Amino acid sequence: MKKHVKTLNTANLKQSAAKGGCGECQASCQSACKTSCTVANQKCEK
Amino acid sequence: MIHQYYLNGYYIVLDVHSGAVHVVDELFYRMLEFLEPPLSKECPESLFPALQDASREEIEETYAEIYELYQAGQLFSEDDYEQFRDMMVSSPVKAMCLHIAHDCNLRCQYCFASTGDFGAGRTLMPLEVGKKAIDFLIANSGTRHNLELDFFGGEPLMNFDVVKEVVKYGRSLEKEHNKRFRFTITTNGMLLDDDKIDFINREMSNVVLSIDGRKEVNDRIRTRVDGSGCYDAILPKFKRLVEKRGHDQYYVRGTFTKYNLDFAEDVLHFYEQGFDQISIEPVVTDAANPYAITEADLPQVFQEYERLAKIIIDHKKNGKSFNFFHFMIDLDQGPCAIKRLRGCGCGNEYVAVTPDGDIYPCHQFVGMEEWKMGTVDTGIEDTARKENFAKANIYGKEECRNCWAKFYCSGGCNANNFQYAGDVLKPYHLACEMEKKRLECAIMIKAALAE
Repeated sequence: MKKHVKTLNTANLKQSAAKGGCGECQASCQSACKTSCTVANQKCEK
Repeated sequence: MIHQYYLNGYYIVLDVHSGAVHVVDELFYRMLEFLEPPLSKECPESLFPALQDASREEIEETYAEIYELYQAGQLFSEDDYEQFRDMMVSSPVKAMCLHIAHDCNLRCQYCFASTGDFGAGRTLMPLEVGKKAIDFLIANSGTRHNLELDFFGGEPLMNFDVVKEVVKYGRSLEKEHNKRFRFTITTNGMLLDDDKIDFINREMSNVVLSIDGRKEVNDRIRTRVDGSGCYDAILPKFKRLVEKRGHDQYYVRGTFTKYNLDFAEDVLHFYEQGFDQISIEPVVTDAANPYAITEADLPQVFQEYERLAKIIIDHKKNGKSFNFFHFMIDLDQGPCAIKRLRGCGCGNEYVAVTPDGDIYPCHQFVGMEEWKMGTVDTGIEDTARKENFAKANIYGKEECRNCWAKFYCSGGCNANNFQYAGDVLKPYHLACEMEKKRLECAIMIKAALAE
């Protein structure tokens, strides 16, 4: 147990790259923006 | 690369290339300012005089924790994403913005579509063009199973019979081609009635309802042809649609301008009116317009995002919750890094189709003739342009490559980049600054709710 830091997440982006890129998830602009992108709030389809 | 910031009492550290988020104490936070990778196992002697208000033991203990995270690839992790660059190539087309109506029954001041007609005359899409757009999408989607089609305008309800027929046509082809259509619609609500609501709720996987917030805010900008506001006409219709939909998969979606820099009040207004899926985002327009958000407004915009973040935390802690689209972030199950590298996909996997059947990189490029890529009859003729858009990823944009927010915004809006920074590959500074503030707030909310 660390005393000076709490890590909020366990996932690692690099691991997601290895199996990623299927292209099935929603285009970010099709969600609720249409003028600005926040790609990171899209859901993964896998 | 790391990004560290202090917000609302939290010391937060984002390790950019792993995506790890750490909430740390003050000593940890200050120590990072003196460290550069590669880190040594032994605590550097230089830290002791630099952090002399802490004891030697505390410094060593904190450094050991930093080193452990470093070893685990969760702090100062390396940028080794260049290897995926060869995946940033021309892709199947799988998403489409279908401009079913270049006409509108409102005259919103800030409309980027020149009050609905995109500067090219008021037209409705004929069914024949809509069907060809579906054929084009299926034919160009390769092995992609999920196809997205957003009915957009102008105001799509002005051509609703064609919307219904296009949906029917798309559905009729799903099985044969092993595709699943996800239809969505963006509407101003003026023409909604029970029949349309029922059709939308049955067929559309998401619906975006345009309204700006408080009555006085909405009605100042979102006016009818005669200049009167639309708030009273649309609010009850939106409530009915959302209720009949069981509050599933929708957004009330507003735009804030210089006139309502206190836009958290508009978010709260939506919540008080019973909406729980809320998106309000900054107007994108020429700085010369009186309602434009400019560099000088940024401090107030930032302050308002922070205020909104605190409101959301308070609500959540009191068991009342609503989603604010631009603060939504999933630190564990978000999109893969490849998706984040690729960005919005416009002009490559996402295109817009006009009522005449012309294909553009996205809805924001419609009306700029020089950006036309082909037609639904000919397909995409300008394949060089498609390939160029495929390269418009975060490693193709020099300023994005070294930005801490690159895996969250993924290079921003290419159309805005072109319109306001003059180059698809050059990020639009104002949008970047607001996006970074939203991300800091979104991560801080996670920190607050993890307590």
